[in-house]
Amino acid sequence: MNNPVLILELALVLAGAAALLAVWRLLKGPGPFNRAVAMDVLGLVTMPMMAALALYSGRGIYLDVALVYAVLSFLGVTALARYADRGL
Amino acid sequence: MGNHEMIGAVVTLVGSVFLFLGALGIVRMPDLYNRMQAGTKATTLGNLMALLGIGIIHPAWLIKLVLIALFVLITNPLSSHALARSARRSGVPLADVTVRDEYEEVLVEKGIEP
Amino acid sequence: MNVLSFLNLVDLLVCAVVLIAAGGAALHRNLLSAVVFAGVASLAVSFLFLRLAAPDVAMTEAAIGAGLSTVIFLIAVRRTQETEEEDR
Repeated sequence: MNNPVLILELALVLAGAAALLAVWRLLKGPGPFNRAVAMDVLGLVTMPMMAALALYSGRGIYLDVALVYAVLSFLGVTALARYADRGL
Repeated sequence: MGNHEMIGAVVTLVGSVFLFLGALGIVRMPDLYNRMQAGTKATTLGNLMALLGIGIIHPAWLIKLVLIALFVLITNPLSSHALARSARRSGVPLADVTVRDEYEEVLVEKGIEP
Repeated sequence: MNVLSFLNLVDLLVCAVVLIAAGGAALHRNLLSAVVFAGVASLAVSFLFLRLAAPDVAMTEAAIGAGLSTVIFLIAVRRTQETEEEDR
């Protein structure tokens, strides 16, 4: 337990397990709101995974994808909430 | 193998533990609002810590990662608040063990809910 | 564990998530849930593009799929109607 790469791989495994649990909630539902929460969690889990992928491949441009997703992912959830509340 | 890589890896691991616990919360919790509590607060903290840890490992990317973390910190509470509010207003049921629902009084006052 | 084989396992899981989410988007009766499934499928496809070393395509997919297409789908759903039976 002295190797940073090993610890990072363990962290990546935990994040992947979190993503699988969120997918389970996405399938189970019930209803669009629970699925929207699951989508939110999936987006939040995916951003560090993209950053870790950038670290593995050594390309800093991968972070831009995470940045774009961070800026835009809230738009979908907020639009869904607005739609369910008062019809967009 | 510098020292900062070890620190950053440990911070990332702690953030991933928070991510996992948040995702476990959205599976195990009884109703939508509790799931939202676990799934947005714990997961936001885990996200921020994991991004910070990767920034510590690779300090040249720290500015961009802090920018991502800032956007998450601003936009995620906003979207989860809007989601919770619209879910309550459109009648998503609460769990049976709920003790107190203060928003119900407001809804009754406004005539949305009897 | 070897990094390459580990990331290939991650790829397979993300492919499974794409299939599940696309199937959910096609099969679900509640159109809001279908919109959320489509957003998750787009997120997973964006991650796959990132794994295939195409960050520009992944960025476009994240922007269009997560941000724009969700809002446009919601406008379309509002113009038509949701399904009758609501399982909230």
